[in-house]
Amino acid sequence: MSIRHTNRCATGVDDGWFAVSHFGQSICDAILKLAASEFGLCLSPGHQSAFVTGARYQWADVCVDFGSRREETQLTATMLLHASKRRMPWQESNPRGEKSLWAPSPQVVEFVCLGRTASPWPAASRVPAAAAVSPELSGSGVPGRLWLWGAGWAAATVQAPCPQPRQSRGRWQRMTMQEVWAAGLSDEERPGTSGRKPAPALEFRNGTDALPSPPKTVAITEVCGAKRVGYFGPAQFYIALKLIAAAQSGFPVRIESIKNELPLPRFMALKNDSEVRYGTPAELHGVKFQVPHATLEKNSYKRTDEGDKQEPKSPPMSPICSPPASPSTYQRIPLSYGYGKSRSGLEQQHGAPYEVRHSTHQQDGPSSGNYGAKPAHCSTLNRSLSAEREQQDSSAHYSDDPWRITEEQRDYYINQFRSLQPDLNSFISGSVAKNFFTKSKLPIPELSHIWELSDVDCDGALTLPEFCAAFHLVVARKNGYQLPETLPETLLPEYLQAASLKPMRDCALFDSYSESLPGGQQTRDFSRTEKVTAEEVPDNSALLQDAKKDDKQALKVSTALKTIPKEFQHLTVKTAAQESNALKARPRSRSYSSTSIEDAMKKGEEPPTPPPRPQKSHSRASSLDLNRVFQQNTQAVRSGWLPPPPPALPPRPPVSQTEQVSEVELHPQMNRPPSQAEENSSAKKEVVLAQPPSKPARRKLRTEAQGLETPELSPTINVTSSLPAVKPHLPVQKQSSKQKRAIQTAIRKNKEANAVLARLNSELQQQLKEVHKERIALETQLEQLRPVTVL
Amino acid sequence: QNYPLYIRSVPTENELKFHYTVHTSLDVVDEKISAMGKALVDQRELYLGLLYPTEDYKVYGYVTNSKVKFVMVVDSSNTALRDNEIRSMFRKLHNSYTDIMCNPFYNPGDCIHSRAFDNMVNSMMMQVC
Repeated sequence: MSIRHTNRCATGVDDGWFAVSHFGQSICDAILKLAASEFGLCLSPGHQSAFVTGARYQWADVCVDFGSRREETQLTATMLLHASKRRMPWQESNPRGEKSLWAPSPQVVEFVCLGRTASPWPAASRVPAAAAVSPELSGSGVPGRLWLWGAGWAAATVQAPCPQPRQSRGRWQRMTMQEVWAAGLSDEERPGTSGRKPAPALEFRNGTDALPSPPKTVAITEVCGAKRVGYFGPAQFYIALKLIAAAQSGFPVRIESIKNELPLPRFMALKNDSEVRYGTPAELHGVKFQVPHATLEKNSYKRTDEGDKQEPKSPPMSPICSPPASPSTYQRIPLSYGYGKSRSGLEQQHGAPYEVRHSTHQQDGPSSGNYGAKPAHCSTLNRSLSAEREQQDSSAHYSDDPWRITEEQRDYYINQFRSLQPDLNSFISGSVAKNFFTKSKLPIPELSHIWELSDVDCDGALTLPEFCAAFHLVVARKNGYQLPETLPETLLPEYLQAASLKPMRDCALFDSYSESLPGGQQTRDFSRTEKVTAEEVPDNSALLQDAKKDDKQALKVSTALKTIPKEFQHLTVKTAAQESNALKARPRSRSYSSTSIEDAMKKGEEPPTPPPRPQKSHSRASSLDLNRVFQQNTQAVRSGWLPPPPPALPPRPPVSQTEQVSEVELHPQMNRPPSQAEENSSAKKEVVLAQPPSKPARRKLRTEAQGLETPELSPTINVTSSLPAVKPHLPVQKQSSKQKRAIQTAIRKNKEANAVLARLNSELQQQLKEVHKERIALETQLEQLRPVTVL
Repeated sequence: QNYPLYIRSVPTENELKFHYTVHTSLDVVDEKISAMGKALVDQRELYLGLLYPTEDYKVYGYVTNSKVKFVMVVDSSNTALRDNEIRSMFRKLHNSYTDIMCNPFYNPGDCIHSRAFDNMVNSMMMQVC
């Protein structure tokens, strides 16, 4: 593996860091040669030793101390610059015909240059910041990433803009390597030789394709104040970049033009097509730490009037994640650098093979994580974040909420879910999920807590939204975020479902049992309840629902309960389907809300068919309908069909007559067989009112089997010869055949209902007997005991 | 083995006394379990009721189907606590315990470190005290 090599400079000044390079010896040599040739300097052997020999690693990190050895630092910077130049575009062989210094794709090169606070130079110690460049290429095509640290400076994570034209993912903090190096170099400018400084800077700027012409760059340099100040401070740097963008957009090079909404400056893009690969932490020597120096930020904030100036500084504050550096590296960082204390806590990176898998995710995770963490640290950051948010794409790539899942993340999570469980609507079982998340190398208690948070319904399995939430929490934790005590709102399954399955959700909630996920979840509740009932666990005492569960399941339960009355008839059918869908069996017989659902179901199911009918029969409309039927029906006499006559009952003859007139318009639905039966039953109701006491007995059962009464009714009605009976005869006759059929079906149905109820009756009778027996037994016991207690 | 998976007391003074009480009450629990020979699983049997009233506190017991025992020690001066409330508290505990079991990262027999469980227990105890 790579060998890290750090040296404190021996100048006696507290200079800090030395370069660590992972370049292979050949690379180092090449660099040195180039540099030497460029600057005509001789390299001291001591300096050379700074570069570590070894195998050619895919990761190259260079930490350069800009402070102590000016020549060397400048040299190193130049070397790196040249090296980077060689690398851009990524080619197997550079223009000079030399072998590529780096292994070809996939490669990530990071140059981390540490800035320093103190510098022996008389000029203001504006060492540019440590610039970490990692022209990495992720699959999404986001090229290199560049971090700028300033010891005491606001860091600016910069990123080269996408090679694709104007895919403005980036924001103002994105720069290419050249820019950084330019900045770096420019800062090393000796105060006296200002002429020299801009030259390399501008040279590099000109090295990029789309930059404005040299005169313009000079002008830019002037405008941004670098010339005046003598170096490119961060403010100047940013202004310069803005000006470049302005110039590229055609605006005049003025300070005012910065205030416009400018697109990102176009620099020569890194045509890296290599994939991001993060080796193990040991390979990474990026000494990445950022310095959210609040004071300096404020300074720069004051210095720069434009609000968006802050953007370059704020987001890059925590380029922690990618690539993760080993903790040991961090420990070597001297505290004199005054690193953000808060950040140190975040540098608990676990280099994870986990991260190897997802490059895109890494892009998003860190960014969202980083940006989200800012507000916690600095108020200016807050402002800048809000400013930056305004310039965000709708993709919410840099949402300020670390707990919000971006689209890329979501897609990634969904892919991962698929790899574990192809059916997106189904669940991942606990053991599978456990193995998966254990790979993240988080400690088990934390994973346990993450599970607790994300498994909202506590069933030991993860649905897709739960899985996304869990994954996101893992990612956040790996990026250094503390796990929350409760699940953030944006990670709730309902929220995630709404976000991801919005079109499906709407129909799912209202369809009885669609295959969509929310429906699936609802039906999971149902299946749970079904299982409970199926298993007939005696543990039926209404278990109080925990408040916690209430919150989590309120939505589900309420929707479940809502749909129950609508569609309980479908329950039995769907249960089977749901059970087949369920990945794992639900051994638990817990019924939190299910008890109530159960009861509702049971009650609903007891009178399976009768309920619709009796209801209608009770309504006045039925009687009206009946009358109307008679009205509509011709005066066909139905001798055999006396049920119609009874509806036009003695108790209500006047009413029915008046109603007859009005009903015709009111009720378009007539002549339905059920309505016929209903009419019969409603008629019966009326009959009961006036009829002899034999009827009242039937009246009790009316709610359940009103139709039952109808056959019995007819004979009795035959007996009664009421006045109104005459009337209905006439209208009925015409449609006698239709009604015959209708009544026949009604009779059949009534018979079935009758049978069911009879069975029910017998069962209840039996239960009653048993209960009686128990009661007797208890009473005897009591009596036996009584004399005892008295004594 | 009968080692405690989770123990919490409010207020925290005399904590050891409660620990001791709980431990001794395990004997009573075992005795009750062995007395119930039925294989029926009924919640009524899970709830063991008042194990024994001692001095100025009462001890209630509850055992789950997996022979995990919950023991609750309540101050006798707290006469407002009815049996039903005790039952409901045990039910809540049981539910929370089941939730913990659902967590694949939890191995049965481990000490319980779940924050959700802690919160639930705390809230319950606050409610009573």
